[in-house]
Amino acid sequence: MSGGLPRRIIKETQRLIAEPVPGIKAEPHEENARYFRVSIVGPRETPYCGGKFKLELFLPEEYPMAAPKVRFMTKIYHPNVDKLGRICLDILKDKWSPALQIRTVLLSIQALLSAPNPDDPLANDVAEQWKVDENKAIETAKEWTRTVCQRQIVHTSLSGLYKSLCARYQ
Amino acid sequence: MKVSVVLEHLWRLFTAFQILSEHVDIINTRMDSEDDDAIYDDEHEDSYNESGSDQGDESDFDIDCDEPSTPKRPHVNDDFHYECLTPEALVSHMNDIIDEVNNVFQLPRPTARILLSHFKWDKEKLLERYYSGDQDRLFSEAHIVSPNRTNPRPVPSKRVNTRSSSASTEANCEICLTTTHVSTFVGLECSHRFCHRCWKEYITTKVMDEQVGEHISCPAHKCDILVDEVFVGQVVKDTKVKTRYHHLIANSFVESNRLMSWCPGPDCQNAAKANYHDALPVTCLCGYTFCFGCGEPVHEPVRCAWLKKWIKKCNDDSETSNWISANTKECPKCHVTIEKNGGCNHMVCRNNNCKADFCWMCLGPWEPHGSSWYSCNRYDEKDAQAARDAQAKSRQALERYLFYCNRYMNHAQSAKFETKLYSQVKQKMEEMQQHNMSWIEVQFLRKAVDVLCLCRNTLKYTYVFAFYLKKNNQSVIFEDNQKDVEMATETLSEYLERDITSECLSDIKQKVQDKYRYCEARRKALLDHVYEGYETDIWEYIDYD
Ligand SMILES: [Zn+2]
Ligand SMILES: [Zn+2]
Ligand SMILES: [Zn+2]
Ligand SMILES: [Zn+2]
Ligand SMILES: [Zn+2]
Ligand SMILES: [Zn+2]
Repeated sequence: MSGGLPRRIIKETQRLIAEPVPGIKAEPHEENARYFRVSIVGPRETPYCGGKFKLELFLPEEYPMAAPKVRFMTKIYHPNVDKLGRICLDILKDKWSPALQIRTVLLSIQALLSAPNPDDPLANDVAEQWKVDENKAIETAKEWTRTVCQRQIVHTSLSGLYKSLCARYQ
Repeated sequence: MKVSVVLEHLWRLFTAFQILSEHVDIINTRMDSEDDDAIYDDEHEDSYNESGSDQGDESDFDIDCDEPSTPKRPHVNDDFHYECLTPEALVSHMNDIIDEVNNVFQLPRPTARILLSHFKWDKEKLLERYYSGDQDRLFSEAHIVSPNRTNPRPVPSKRVNTRSSSASTEANCEICLTTTHVSTFVGLECSHRFCHRCWKEYITTKVMDEQVGEHISCPAHKCDILVDEVFVGQVVKDTKVKTRYHHLIANSFVESNRLMSWCPGPDCQNAAKANYHDALPVTCLCGYTFCFGCGEPVHEPVRCAWLKKWIKKCNDDSETSNWISANTKECPKCHVTIEKNGGCNHMVCRNNNCKADFCWMCLGPWEPHGSSWYSCNRYDEKDAQAARDAQAKSRQALERYLFYCNRYMNHAQSAKFETKLYSQVKQKMEEMQQHNMSWIEVQFLRKAVDVLCLCRNTLKYTYVFAFYLKKNNQSVIFEDNQKDVEMATETLSEYLERDITSECLSDIKQKVQDKYRYCEARRKALLDHVYEGYETDIWEYIDYD
């Protein structure tokens, strides 16, 4: 299926732009409407406050029957996000429902920043630190937010990844 | 047992062996007379068994029993009954069970099926639970809406009130975000509604892409109410999808039911159902015979659990790497792989550009070891000792494995020629009938091949049994029995390959009959001894990981 963009994606995109979620920005790529550049502002009263986290979101061919693929591009110290920026979130895996949307996914990620869950970890060392000494872990997360977000250290260049995605999905 | 897989594995092992002996630099400045490289052959068998008992890494291991504590001999098991079911018979058997339960419940069939499958098709457990507790909770655990409080499902296109205003007859589908007439909306008892097209796409994706049948839940977020066959029938029209869906349902019926097992025969779609679960032979309608306990070909005398371990071991690549780690090291300077096959520790790298002198034991430069050519100064140091022990142990374990694997493969190989043998024998029988022997008189040949195949199969699995067997008085008797059967079987095999001429006909017949009777008797003695050992708990096992 390489035809037009499904109606649902067009509608979702229109609404994301017309009524953006506070603290979240999601823009489709000019050349591929299934690829979104996302940024989430670190929620207040969390160690991520003051940071702005870049993510990438890709809607696979099967979307909405299959979950979108989302990844942090900005390094983040969080028990449910691993070194590669992959996110441990049930709705992105087995609990995905086609009734969910890009908007709900991004809101869930924002909520994950407010409420890290070290009992369901993806980054084991971070989760361990979180459980052993939460205060210290929070300090580290703050430290990372300060240094990383100022300099915008990202995992890989977006353009490289985008090229490989285009090659696969065009 | 996938013989091809084992063969391939063995081939890999030997290739690794060859590569290493061909390309790897085998340099010992002095070869030791002590040759610890012998791959076991028949002459070594006895000495091997002696050394087998003092291996340090053995541990008693109780077989984890999925099997009854007193395993029964297949031929004394008159109370074991089974039946083979074609796919159609399977469905009607499933429906019979559902109807039986439904005589009590009076629920829709799909609901009863979901309940039964939740209890792994154990009727008694379900009934007990149904009458002893909170029924609503039972339904919610099984992911269905309690029929006591259900709203009827909206049937597509019928329940529409066409007289109401257009605003109330249109609705927005949460999946495709499209507004359509409510008549296109369908859903389960949970009252979540989506348009017909989205449902169809959702179920098709689950069935065809994700191979999910029994556990398709309502697509609404956080709703776990299960889709059933009636609903699938309503929504999906594509027969390919429907067939696949029903196959998935039948598959979970068989897989979750201890009294059922798929026939592993090639291209066979049948399933066997038995009156109890045990490691007993079952012959399917397609002609394939397998062990009901594990689905492998019949594998007397070894038990399912050990066979499973063996197969896993055979399929596991780690054996190859074990061999490599047991027998090779890298040159500390140029990292060429070096094999050592015993002897002195002073190694000289054969790589002409390197020629490093080093110590095999500590991998340090040889120089500080001084003039002591035979031993490493650090030889007795703790870590050097440990490294040496680990290497020796791993090597010993591998050689033991290769010894048993070799013999196992040998019999598996020979069994492959069974079909060829049967056709040869058939030809011989025809020839003999032309030499004035009656049909009944030549049947001994077929019988001889039957016995030969049976013995080979048993022998093959005795090596699996023996691999995990710890040496004790009884294991020595077992090995004697095994040797007996093996020798008799080989002789019988030779007899069958001989040319039969009219002159020696009666002579040959006598010899063949005597031999196969002997084989049969010895095979029975071996099996009786093993099963007696199971009953009296005399076998001790070694568990390798
Ligand atoms: Zn829809
Ligand atoms: Zn629902
Ligand atoms: Zn079959
Ligand atoms: Zn078995
Ligand atoms: Zn070297
Ligand atoms: Zn040394």
